[in-house]
Amino acid sequence: MFVSQFLLLAAFLFAVGVYGVLARRNAVMILMSIELILNAVNLNLLAFAVLNNAISGQTFALFVIAVAAAEVGVGLALILLIYRNRTSVDVNDLDLMRG
Amino acid sequence: MLDNAYLVPLIPAVSFVAILFFGKRIKGGQGAHWIGIPAVASSWVLSVAVLWQWIQRVEDAGGEAEHAQGASTMVDGVRALLTRVTEGAEEGHTFVGAVINTVDWWTIDGVDFQVGTLVDGLSAILLFVVSSVSLLVHVYSSEYVKGDRRYTHYFAFLSLFTASMLFFVLAENTIQMIIGWELVGVCSYVLIGHWWEEKPNADAALKAFLTNRIGDVGLMIGVVVLYWGTREAGQNTFSIDTINRLAASGEIRHLILLVGALCLTAAVMSKSGQFPLHTWLPDAMAGPTPVSALIHAATMVVAGVYMVARLYPVFYEGLSIGTSSINVLAFVGGFTALMGAALAFVHWDIKKVLAYSTISQLGYMVMALGVGAWTAAIFHLVTHAFFKAGLFLGAGSVSHAAHHTFDLREMGGLRKYMPSTYWTFLICSLALAGVFPLAGFWSKDEILVGAFRGQDNGYPLMLAFGLIVALMTAAYMFRVIYYTFHGEYRGHGVPHESPRTMTVPLWCFAGLAIVAGVVNLPAPVLEPFGLEGLAHRIETYAEPIEFLEQFDSFTVADPSLGMAILGTVMALAGIGIAYLWFWRGLGPHGLTERNRVAWHGYHFLENRYFLDHLYTGVIVGSIKGPIARATYWFNQNVIDAVVDACGTYSTRFARWLYRNIDQGVIDRTVNAGGEGAELSGAGLRKIQTGRIQQYGALLFGAAAVLAVVFVIVI
Amino acid sequence: MTLGAMVAQNVFFWVIAVVIAVAAIRMVTTNNVVHAALYLVGVLAGLAANYILLAAEFVAITQVLIYIGAVTVLFLFGIMLTRARIGRERGLTARQWPIAVLVSAMLGGVIAYAVLDTFGDDELPVRDSFVADNTQQISDSIFGPYLIPFEVVSVLLLAALVGAIVLARRD
Repeated sequence: MFVSQFLLLAAFLFAVGVYGVLARRNAVMILMSIELILNAVNLNLLAFAVLNNAISGQTFALFVIAVAAAEVGVGLALILLIYRNRTSVDVNDLDLMRG
Repeated sequence: MLDNAYLVPLIPAVSFVAILFFGKRIKGGQGAHWIGIPAVASSWVLSVAVLWQWIQRVEDAGGEAEHAQGASTMVDGVRALLTRVTEGAEEGHTFVGAVINTVDWWTIDGVDFQVGTLVDGLSAILLFVVSSVSLLVHVYSSEYVKGDRRYTHYFAFLSLFTASMLFFVLAENTIQMIIGWELVGVCSYVLIGHWWEEKPNADAALKAFLTNRIGDVGLMIGVVVLYWGTREAGQNTFSIDTINRLAASGEIRHLILLVGALCLTAAVMSKSGQFPLHTWLPDAMAGPTPVSALIHAATMVVAGVYMVARLYPVFYEGLSIGTSSINVLAFVGGFTALMGAALAFVHWDIKKVLAYSTISQLGYMVMALGVGAWTAAIFHLVTHAFFKAGLFLGAGSVSHAAHHTFDLREMGGLRKYMPSTYWTFLICSLALAGVFPLAGFWSKDEILVGAFRGQDNGYPLMLAFGLIVALMTAAYMFRVIYYTFHGEYRGHGVPHESPRTMTVPLWCFAGLAIVAGVVNLPAPVLEPFGLEGLAHRIETYAEPIEFLEQFDSFTVADPSLGMAILGTVMALAGIGIAYLWFWRGLGPHGLTERNRVAWHGYHFLENRYFLDHLYTGVIVGSIKGPIARATYWFNQNVIDAVVDACGTYSTRFARWLYRNIDQGVIDRTVNAGGEGAELSGAGLRKIQTGRIQQYGALLFGAAAVLAVVFVIVI
Repeated sequence: MTLGAMVAQNVFFWVIAVVIAVAAIRMVTTNNVVHAALYLVGVLAGLAANYILLAAEFVAITQVLIYIGAVTVLFLFGIMLTRARIGRERGLTARQWPIAVLVSAMLGGVIAYAVLDTFGDDELPVRDSFVADNTQQISDSIFGPYLIPFEVVSVLLLAALVGAIVLARRD
């Protein structure tokens, strides 16, 4: 197996995640796309860890997972708050900073 | 004395200054003559000394072996000299150079300006004439202007005039001549306008001065031309002696001599009252009579004649006097003589008649110079000075008696009351008419002879002029005598003879009028007396003999008995005509009322050929009027218009500049800056949508681009 | 490693990769939010399978446990609490999706290029013997060199927990 396979897959996932961040109107779906990005990064880390036979890559991937979970929790709490205030999670409606 | 001849003009000059400073203090303002007369008298004595020494010089140079040896006393010396003179040089003329003393005045650019004296026979004669006439006029004036408001001033300027004229006569170079010329002009102006409170007098003085000024232009140009002539010949000088030498020897081009001679002729025309610049002379009679006698009869007006005589080689060569039968100088002189004499018939002012007579006689002198009779001209100058001064002083005496009028119509029958005046006047008139054996006869005769057969060709036209004028001169003088002294007194009051201070000078002049002819008698006259040596003394002592050697064609005319008789006949005929017309009342009296042509002729003469009208009315008037108006119009409309236009256009331009450039461009630029900032701000504001995804898109987009740049390109 | 094993690895990899790719693309293009969440689950599961393929079983299990177990549930709760429509809704794709395609393509392209340029020929090391000490190695690493980050992460989790509760509190 080539390491580049994994890396290319990760790159693909990353690109899709970026597309999702930029092109989805629902805030929750944007969060999900961010998760995609994070997972792409995880895949990268692991591929390199195996390539270089270093265990710290895997360790780090664990940390990334933990942080991602925390982030999702806080993000969703924020989205709930926004929903409560605006009764909408469409990001196009969140333009109070306009000007 | 010849080397110290500068003293002669210096003494009257000093007296001028002295009178200015001290004259008013003497005798309460009426004693200035106590300074003036002694000064001129001493000047006269010195002039006699100069003349004496010059004669001695000529005699010494003539190689006479007879010296005044053992002349222990003055009388012996005089006798010895007279002996020499009477047995004089018959073998021919000898050349005697002039005595020249100069002092360097200043030098500029290689040209030397000098001041000095030139004494030769001509100067010596003129010195004597000027100082004699001036002395006698001074004495006469002390009585004539007695009690005048400006007695001191009068004598001061009389002295200055004498000094100037003497200075002019002794001029060594042409620059000095100009100085002397101008000075006598100024003195003439001052003296003519002596009673300037009356406007006609002031006008007359101005007219004299300005008319002279016109001729002075010719003088200055002529002097410059001659200077360039000497420059061409390598000499680079103003000295008269050098100019004469170069002109006579042909080293100066003929064209330059011709131009110079013509310019100088213009100067002569104004100063010596030749046609057409003579108009000032009659009006100059507005001055006191002694002034007229001194200045306008005897001295200043002959300055022009003297100048021509002094620079004679220039004229002789320039105008080709020796080889032609008519030239400018001769024609002008002859015509002036004729014209002046004609005008003398129609005036009722005795001084004006005498003025026109002076013009006529000056014409004679200039004509004489023009035909080559140099000696005759100088001779006539001397004799004329004496008898014309005598006539003027006589007129002054007459006016004194007739209550200060000069009008012939208010005189008459004065013979009974003023015998001295009458006889002196008569003698001087006869001399003027040229009756044998008075002085005028000899001098006029020589002129006629010179015109008859002077040089290669005679000057027949001039001869005709001369004869006709001789007749007219006699006629008009006897008209004056008739009206003044004969008949019944037409004025008011009782006339009386003038005091001695006035009659004595009259007799002196009369005496001189009788005997002055002696100095240049022709030889045949003296042969019977064994005094041939006395003949032609002026010729001997004064003629520019040096140039005779170089003038191929300069000859002195032999005296002609026929011409002498013809001249006398003319004079007697003139007297006869006057006698018949006035004393007997014959002839076409009242012709001018009956005959249109005669009336027009008379009218023409009475208005002095309308020359005054031409000068004042036409020439000056046109300048004053139309030309001045045109210039004014030009000034207002063209020049001012230009200036105003500049101003207007500048304002308009400034306004345009302000509106368009300042307001339009610059302010717009500044405003545009502000507006641009605003617009760009407004434009950029659109990016701030507040939408996260947009920001995210921008962020990721930029990162992508950068990544591309860094990874792939670099 | 035997050839069979290698081939098997490759085949499995490609299958899993296809699954992941399809799931991911469907996730970002579907109009149904709940479906998107399920597709996310698919991606996560596929990734876990990949991790096992890479002999990182501990991470794979953790992925399944945390991501699929907890995070997905969270997402579903979030969807429910924000009253997302059950079923399709229209227009979940923003208007500027072409720009997003462009940007993501650029990014993906750059990364792919960089990767291929650098690691194009590297092969993963072949393991002849299989020793199941992955977990032990990881724990040695966590409680050894990376102890401090581990503690920090726990504090972070605590902070996140407290923060989320505070934020979402209804009062």
